[in-house]
Amino acid sequence: MNQDAPILLPNRNRRRWLIDSGCFAAAGLIGLARKSQAAGGKLRVGMTPAFLHDQHSLLDEWRDFMAASLHRPVEFVQRDSYRETMDLLRLEKLEFAWVCDYPYLHLKDTVRLLAVPLYRGRPYYRSYLIVHKDNTQVHSIADLSGSVFAYADPYSNTGYLSPRYEIRQLGRDPASFFRKTFFTWSHRKVVEAVASGLAQGGAVDSYIRDTLLHVEPALASRTRVVWRSPEYGFPPFVSHRSVSVADFQIMQRHLLDTSQTDAGRRLLARLNLDGFTAGSPALYEGVARMMRAFGET
Amino acid sequence: MNWLFNLSFRHKIPLWTSFLISFSIFVVGAALMTRAYEDMKNAVVISAENLGHTLANTVAPTLLHDDVWRAFEIVRSPIRGESVKTPVQVDAVVVLGRDHKIFVSSDPDTLPMLTEAAALGADWRQLSERLSAPTGANWPLVLEPDNSGFLYLVLPVTDKDAQLGHLVLRYAKSVFHPWFIDTLWQGLGLGVLVLAVLIPINWYWGGRMAAPLVDLAQRMGTMPETVPQPLPPDLYPYDDELGQLFHAYDRMVLALRDKATLENEMVKSERLAAIGQLTAGIAHEINNPLAGLITVVDTLKLRGDLDPRALRSLELIDRGLTQIRDTVAALLVQTRVQARPLNQHDLEDIHTLIQPQVGKRRVQLEWSAAMPAELPAPASLVRQILINLLLNAVQAAGEGGHVSLWLGRKDGSESFLSIVVRNDGALLGEDQLAHLFEPFASTRASGHGLGLWVTYQIVTQLDGRIAARNIDGQVEFVVNLPLGEIPCTTASA
Repeated sequence: MNQDAPILLPNRNRRRWLIDSGCFAAAGLIGLARKSQAAGGKLRVGMTPAFLHDQHSLLDEWRDFMAASLHRPVEFVQRDSYRETMDLLRLEKLEFAWVCDYPYLHLKDTVRLLAVPLYRGRPYYRSYLIVHKDNTQVHSIADLSGSVFAYADPYSNTGYLSPRYEIRQLGRDPASFFRKTFFTWSHRKVVEAVASGLAQGGAVDSYIRDTLLHVEPALASRTRVVWRSPEYGFPPFVSHRSVSVADFQIMQRHLLDTSQTDAGRRLLARLNLDGFTAGSPALYEGVARMMRAFGET
Repeated sequence: MNWLFNLSFRHKIPLWTSFLISFSIFVVGAALMTRAYEDMKNAVVISAENLGHTLANTVAPTLLHDDVWRAFEIVRSPIRGESVKTPVQVDAVVVLGRDHKIFVSSDPDTLPMLTEAAALGADWRQLSERLSAPTGANWPLVLEPDNSGFLYLVLPVTDKDAQLGHLVLRYAKSVFHPWFIDTLWQGLGLGVLVLAVLIPINWYWGGRMAAPLVDLAQRMGTMPETVPQPLPPDLYPYDDELGQLFHAYDRMVLALRDKATLENEMVKSERLAAIGQLTAGIAHEINNPLAGLITVVDTLKLRGDLDPRALRSLELIDRGLTQIRDTVAALLVQTRVQARPLNQHDLEDIHTLIQPQVGKRRVQLEWSAAMPAELPAPASLVRQILINLLLNAVQAAGEGGHVSLWLGRKDGSESFLSIVVRNDGALLGEDQLAHLFEPFASTRASGHGLGLWVTYQIVTQLDGRIAARNIDGQVEFVVNLPLGEIPCTTASA
């Protein structure tokens, strides 16, 4: 995970943008009349459980930082599930959003990839299979057959899609593999569900679980990671396709430049991120493959 | 046990009242504690019911939508950390599905989801049976299984008319206990405080109550050997039965004293009377042969042929016999004298008569005789009494002493003449007072000891009274003589 490792994706992505911006310039013009807010008005950014979205002081700091940097009022819109944020995007109630890779692929006709956070220097993360730290019997997801299992969100890759794909790889039906499953609607709460013993196992975002080890060590250390998934593209920032090219670029530039300022670095440190990269949809090929396996496109 | 009842009232009253106070405080305290425990249980049930209704309402949608996590967050919300220990702190919240399996619980470690309630132990089996009972239950169902450390409260979880399951609140009784023990300690502390105030008051009051009784018992214990002292007047200045008892005791003591004094007087007069009789008898017996002897001696002396030696012997015998006659005559007090009333001159005579003695001993004499020209009292006898008492007093007062006479009618009485003679000589001892008026009772080297005897005899024969006492550092003789017809004759002693 070398931060200095050459990442070609942004360059590739930039080319793609040029094409995209050409396409969307017309669309942006058409939508200009009804997108009054996009022109110098308030920017609405959807925040999802893709990160520790219940850290309100962090969110306030980030919003103020963003507003100061963009010279625009910024509103963070928080919802408890990806689904609600996806709906807001569809309804054009948001200009930007930080979503999971899985919803991004679901919404790829509605949104554009804006930027991808760099976690440990790379735009990747994984799914962790966690159990209670006292549970030494479980070594893989196969050992959790017939147990109670906590998923994060039905639109979460690492918290839903990835473990189900893994079960499928075992030749089992994810619908009947566990005795009971439930959604906690947040990665943090998956950790909580497993730590409290409510669920014997849970699937959780590696970034969130590892960040929790710093933020809430008492909680996170009550869980043990038994399986790590392959790497997936990190939950991206997306912009609605109706957002003007100018706004898109302003926001993208702001995100990519976050690591350039002291204030930005402080914020990134609190987010446990290293910066942002422009990213590329190709990052999410692995997720798309799993989706196809479940018959989703 | 008998020793307890034999204890002095000084200890018994405070002990018994202390026991009663402690017992009362204990009984009242125990009643209040029992009540406090019941109240606490009721408070728990009421609090549980309120909490239960709220939780049941909020948890209902999660049951409908099978939203385990939301349900978990709801049932966990009333659970607080270890540090919070109040009796109304719920220990566990459990939502049972229609099938009596745990849908969710606040403590998944011990009450894991999807577990049959009946499989969770005796408490839960009993609870499950109650819920399955065909008659149904009255909500809220409060269950306190025997031999269980928990109290359960069950409410149905309903949506509209449909029953979705049950909400079970579990309370640990072990949490009650420290709280209850706290209350108990507080109660005990208060009780001890009340005791600390009441017991000293009670000991003081009991002691005060008992002290006069103890005093009374001690005084009465000395009877009948001695006449007890009366109680100090401020010992118990109240009019209750105890006060009345003490008053009665005081009256009794006074009566006993009077009686004892009277008896003493009687014994004394009887003794003196007996001595008088004996003396008179002896005097008569001596007088008769004595008269013969004196006559013989006189006759012998008239004979001229006696040699001088015999004459000297006869004179010796004559003087001896004369002394015997005088002595016997003194013993035989004769009050049969020609009576004339006492007048001022008699007193002047007496004053003159005793002057040589007064002058010789340089005694200060105070003379206070208030009397009319004449008094119906036998002059010669009163003179003898006065001379005897005054000479006696002058003798007793000694060199440079002080003697006073008071003569008159006491309080203007028409029927008594009082004579009071005082001297500031040595006080009379107890023994001297007892035998003062007996013949030959003198303690002085000089004197034959018949002066007071004679005085006593005269006073007694005149139906008067004579008494001696020590008063204000002086010796006082008081004579009271009845006035009236002057007796012409009196019995000779």
